[in-house]
Amino acid sequence: MGLTNSSTGQALLKSTNLVLPETSDFVIALAGNPNTGKSTVFNSLTGLKQHTGNWPGKTVALSAGEYFFADHSFSLIDLPGTYSLFADSQEEEIARDFLCFYQPDVTVVVVDATCLERNLHLALQILEITPSVVVCVNLLDEALRKGIYIDLDRLAKNLGIRVVGTNARDGEGLDKLKEAILLTASEPAISPIQIRYPDSLEELILKGIASLPNTAFNERQKRWLALRLLDSDYSLANKLQEYLSMANLIVDPKSLNELQHPSLAGEFRESIVLTLYTTAEKITRDVLKLNSKPRRGDHHFDRIITSKIFGIPLMLLFLGIVFWLTLVGANYPSQLLAKGFLWIEGQLLNFLTYLKSPEWIKGLFVFGIYRTLSWVIAVMLPPMAIFFPLFTLLEDWGYLPRIAFNLDNSFRLAGAHGKQSLTMCMGFGCNAAGVVACRIIDSPRERLIAILTNNFVPCNGRFPTLITMALLFFSGPGFLGSFGASLFLVLMIVGAVLVSLLVSKFLSKTFLQGLPSSFALELPPFRKPQIGLILIRSLIDRTLYVLLRAILVAAPAGALIWIMSNLGIGGKTFLELLSSFLHPLGYLMGLDGVILAAFLLGFPANEIVLPIILMAYTSQGSLLELENLTTTKTLLINNSWTNLTAFCFLLFSLNHFPCGTTLLTIKKETSSWQWTILSFLLPTIVGILSCLFIAQGIRLLTLFI
Amino acid sequence: MNDYYPLSEVTLGETGVIAYVNSDCPLRHRLWDLGFTRGTHVTKLFCSPFSNPTAYLIRDCVIALRNEDAACIKIFSSSQEKVI
Repeated sequence: MGLTNSSTGQALLKSTNLVLPETSDFVIALAGNPNTGKSTVFNSLTGLKQHTGNWPGKTVALSAGEYFFADHSFSLIDLPGTYSLFADSQEEEIARDFLCFYQPDVTVVVVDATCLERNLHLALQILEITPSVVVCVNLLDEALRKGIYIDLDRLAKNLGIRVVGTNARDGEGLDKLKEAILLTASEPAISPIQIRYPDSLEELILKGIASLPNTAFNERQKRWLALRLLDSDYSLANKLQEYLSMANLIVDPKSLNELQHPSLAGEFRESIVLTLYTTAEKITRDVLKLNSKPRRGDHHFDRIITSKIFGIPLMLLFLGIVFWLTLVGANYPSQLLAKGFLWIEGQLLNFLTYLKSPEWIKGLFVFGIYRTLSWVIAVMLPPMAIFFPLFTLLEDWGYLPRIAFNLDNSFRLAGAHGKQSLTMCMGFGCNAAGVVACRIIDSPRERLIAILTNNFVPCNGRFPTLITMALLFFSGPGFLGSFGASLFLVLMIVGAVLVSLLVSKFLSKTFLQGLPSSFALELPPFRKPQIGLILIRSLIDRTLYVLLRAILVAAPAGALIWIMSNLGIGGKTFLELLSSFLHPLGYLMGLDGVILAAFLLGFPANEIVLPIILMAYTSQGSLLELENLTTTKTLLINNSWTNLTAFCFLLFSLNHFPCGTTLLTIKKETSSWQWTILSFLLPTIVGILSCLFIAQGIRLLTLFI
Repeated sequence: MNDYYPLSEVTLGETGVIAYVNSDCPLRHRLWDLGFTRGTHVTKLFCSPFSNPTAYLIRDCVIALRNEDAACIKIFSSSQEKVI
């Protein structure tokens, strides 16, 4: 039936990379505004742990799951959270295309009971495409607390379809929802609501319908199609040509467009939205009962955490606590992991000795690949396993959109989007995860700026190096020591954020010019975070994802490091040759050849840069860390390190090419080599220039003093 | 036309009624989708620490807008609403 046949649906799905179980009896789509608990409904129904974000527009790709009910199997597709289906953004287009071309058996529209009117606006739009809809009124408990009571039966009568009330977080009402889905799949609603537009529009719609080909569309679909084409929806027109040309149906949007009176142009859309909203208002008035004057407690709290006095300090406090817990909490498990891996290393060596395997096998596989891998895991896993769940906690609570709200001004001035503040925060945990998080930014231009500048904030992999350097070279005398080091560290971080903003500004004036796009950010109410889900979600979604990618790059790098530091020509190892080749440039930058070589070899993961430097200085053949800070400092000073060297080392550590994992992720997210190469060059050039400038400047100054 | 004020110039806590969204506003469609349509009540709730953006209450939801975007939305002040 309808707009499509199975082949056109498949063609569309191929372009969205969605795999559906072929065998399930019914395909169910899940639609709704952002922040309605749509993903929670999805998780509770399918049991598939998929990320539910408490910030608008989180689910960009479609995720699918399956569940069984009353001897039937159901495929559930979680559509992106959208405010409408006019296809003004990528998410809206994906959602609309799925409903329009794939034609799920039932579409569940999850609506937020606390702001029914706006949610109904979307439900009405979906009802224009398909009558096979179940409305799921979620967050009923939250509404009750606000004194809002919704008469579900009346709502069902108004819409002419099945309506179910749920509290998805507590699993309430989900069985009724499954039942309603099954009923709707087998016998569609009898008289779903039909939107009545002003007469002038209805006249046009009739003319539009008349000009559509007769076959293959039912009345509701024809009406909707005519409406969309009259609204000059060229993306839909193009898709119709593309997919339906197979079915020999040709629709010419221009012929429809000519029907429109020129004086109406521009007001057509307004008239549609106004009618939809007026209908939504009327229904809401009919079904909503306010038991008491709605409390505005949330807004009072919001006023404090976004106020001029407390806004920024509170934000720094929250983030400070997250970083502090990460750094302190990761110490012990990191050591434990390192010890465990060392023990396994001993066993591996024993085993290889027992097998009488040659020395080079031991070196390459144990000292090279195994040690680098275990190093990366031991240093990386604990901080990420702490940082990401904490961050997800803030996200689930609803604090993240407030950070974007608080900081948007700086990003606006840099020509970027306020949500970039969130991807930057994420970058402190891991730049690769930060790059993935850039999906929350709708506008392609601002999203690219956020991706390309994420690497300018130091990740967990670089923090240990920063801390070591601050303690060794930039701490004050006596008891002021650690205070001085902390202050220095804070200054470095603030500096990194400023550089990131400056580069954003530069990008928005050069490579990525364009109008600053929309900043219409919803601030959803604060909600009690789901502690249990948080651990699983952030561990699976972020920690394991990043770790697996890091392992992928670290293993070959381990082999390379061992070969470079053990093999060579003319009595010199390749590492020594590379170091002496890089030395002139290194010296100009206030560094030396070994440091530059270490950054190159540390490409897979920033954690191993300092260990490689120590390895080279002590002429060892494998990565190492010295027992205490004093011996490390002595070793560095013996290799002619000064405060200038340490400072330039820090500077280059903050500003150089992204690690292999991040680059892989950037390639995947932008699907473009050009942007990936630019993301490599940009920080490297900034790093080299700033080091050159500082080193030569300081050297010139000391000449005169 | 002096009867209309840009939403950005409303004082904190004040409620206005939307008259129209400027036709040259790049955010126009998005604003309509969010419910900033003719005749809708909108309240200025609170500002961010740097005074831009600002949060508004519209149709029971809190939406933050940059001040230059909010300036595209023209409103009747609430006192005039009674007259009209």
